[in-house]
Amino acid sequence: MPGSQTQTVSLFIQCLVDAMYPNVGVAMLNIFRRLDIPVDCPTQQTCCGQPAFTSGYRRQATVAARRFIEIFENKEVIVCPSGSCAAMVRHHYPQLFENEPDWQRRAETVAAKTYELTQYLVDVLGIDDLGARYSGKLTIHDSCNALRALGIREQPRRLIARIADVELVEMNESERCCGFGGSFAVKYPEISTAMAQDKVNDILATGAAAVVGVDIGCLMNIQGLLSRKKSPVKILHIAELLAG
Amino acid sequence: MADIRTEHYKSEARKALRDQTLLDALADVQARLGKGTAKAYRELPEGPGLRLKAHDIRMHAVENLDILLETLADNVRENGGKVIFAQDAATAVAECIQIARRHDVRTVVKGKSMVTEEIGLNEALTAEGMEVTETDLGEYIVQLAGESPSHIIAPAIHKTRQQVGRLFAEKLGIPYTDDPPTLTAAARKALREKFLVADMGISGCNLACAETGHITTVSNEGNIRMATTLPRVHVAFMGMERVVARLEDHDILFRLLARGAAAQHMAGYISYIGGPRQPGQADGPDAFYLIIIDNGRTRILADFEFREILCCIRCAACLNVCPVYGKIGGHSYGYPYSGPVGAVVTPLLVGIERAKDLFLGETLCGACKDACPVDIDIPRMLLALRARLVEGDRRWDLQPGRRIEKGAYWAWSLAVRNRGLYDALRWFSAQAQRPVTSGEGMIHRLPFPFSGWTHSRDIKPLARRTFMDYWKKVRKE
Repeated sequence: MPGSQTQTVSLFIQCLVDAMYPNVGVAMLNIFRRLDIPVDCPTQQTCCGQPAFTSGYRRQATVAARRFIEIFENKEVIVCPSGSCAAMVRHHYPQLFENEPDWQRRAETVAAKTYELTQYLVDVLGIDDLGARYSGKLTIHDSCNALRALGIREQPRRLIARIADVELVEMNESERCCGFGGSFAVKYPEISTAMAQDKVNDILATGAAAVVGVDIGCLMNIQGLLSRKKSPVKILHIAELLAG
Repeated sequence: MADIRTEHYKSEARKALRDQTLLDALADVQARLGKGTAKAYRELPEGPGLRLKAHDIRMHAVENLDILLETLADNVRENGGKVIFAQDAATAVAECIQIARRHDVRTVVKGKSMVTEEIGLNEALTAEGMEVTETDLGEYIVQLAGESPSHIIAPAIHKTRQQVGRLFAEKLGIPYTDDPPTLTAAARKALREKFLVADMGISGCNLACAETGHITTVSNEGNIRMATTLPRVHVAFMGMERVVARLEDHDILFRLLARGAAAQHMAGYISYIGGPRQPGQADGPDAFYLIIIDNGRTRILADFEFREILCCIRCAACLNVCPVYGKIGGHSYGYPYSGPVGAVVTPLLVGIERAKDLFLGETLCGACKDACPVDIDIPRMLLALRARLVEGDRRWDLQPGRRIEKGAYWAWSLAVRNRGLYDALRWFSAQAQRPVTSGEGMIHRLPFPFSGWTHSRDIKPLARRTFMDYWKKVRKE
């Protein structure tokens, strides 16, 4: 295993995980503890600024970015259980400071050591077997930002392949957007729901008991529709699956 | 000028979402073309990286437009054609009408052209008493039905063959049938008669070539060849960005265009047209005119954040993968350009405020960028448009507005840098959600501005304890 193993992982907890799905954070923590990787978690962190950025509020997003950089810039490695938050830091932070070279340098430093969870486990640590177990049929949704901004597709599949007893069934068009898209989902609810409905139909067609993903945002959207349709199919963040 | 109906995005989208025929057709075209295009890129002998090279070719052309357009105009004139630069839609239309009068034109046949939709040419020529016939099959269907195209390259995908059968029975006087070959043959027969008597042929231009003074047209039906060679006069319209420097650039771009548009290796017909018939030539018009249209493109070119959209070659690959377009169809966008490219270019052409729903109404999923044959970063520009809308911009006649939303984000920005305040707000929200949380632990109804979410979905309530609370408790263990 590479030497990076000894680096202390700083948990970058997505705001949705912190406030709504704390079990995902707990699962991530347990994964690193099982691997004997030292972990810390800056408790002053809040939100990376993505909601403001994607809505066009760059000045407000910059406020969040500065705070994030101050909190995390001296950490060894930053790992997040969300592809879209990790992509915000990796790709959009340096863009936010195009006219502030000092801050841009700091943003780039932070960006270079920020990873999404499965990316960090597979690409950096070279781990694919976490000794997890899950009995049942699963299907996987590829989240847009994780897939297209970070190139995450094989990493979660490699990790799932090593889980004992699991059966992974690919759904039709796993790479198609689920319809969340931030404020889009509340401003254009009919379009968003129609897209979510397609996603749910594709999930149900697999006969899986749960849909797994690397981003709780998409899963929250899918869960919202599954719940409204009174479907027994569950959502599962990859961290929860790997910690099991 | 085309009708601008961008303000009706939401209501048109809702209408489309209830139209099962349309939804089925959209799903079908996306399943066939969207997936086929990705495969066609993978199978390129040069690899998918060819798209990056194509991007460079197009960007180079856009950045040197002044020189390329002058060279193109000189070479077209050298070949015996006439070139007209039209600053806006009205000028372009007026020039075409003048040409028609000069050549005593009564009947016109057209090859499919998006830019003539943009300037509203058909309506203007018809108002002048001319008979104008669209000759692309899909476009012909749309014209007979009195509608507008709903897809850049498949204009009539919103219509079923049964609808076309009834339309042809009514308009062409043939017995009703929904058999596509029979319907196509009927259209072909009707169109042949038009081709043979037309005084003027009108086409678009897929890409002009500066060094040779050619324009090109691409089709799979051969109709544009007839429209541009049989009539006495040929008028070609092009958006001013549709030019590249060298003939060899066309090879790469047309191979990618065909893959992006229809997952083909090459389109059925690609015509290089270099002016009127020369002495000794058997075919071609007596007169050739090229009308190069600005109509707002210079303002796009002057803006570094947006000029990349001028690289677009209008292949519709982004429409074929866009999950939003796949649900609402082309008419919802309220202007000839729909889908992801429309969501960027339409606001820049008709007004950012006026067409804001187009770029706000996208999820930023990024599928369009991967599908684009010239690798245009559409998501980047969707984000940039949102930022302009918030910040305002005099160059785009945009006032900073949206006070309530801005206030909310300002308050949010205070909370994100102060975990104490952040936790306090979270605590209040957690108290407020209690009455709306159902027994099985989901929220079925949220108040404004979040009510859109629970319009048709549930949401999980805030957890009793945050992850940070948990961490503070366990970190010492």
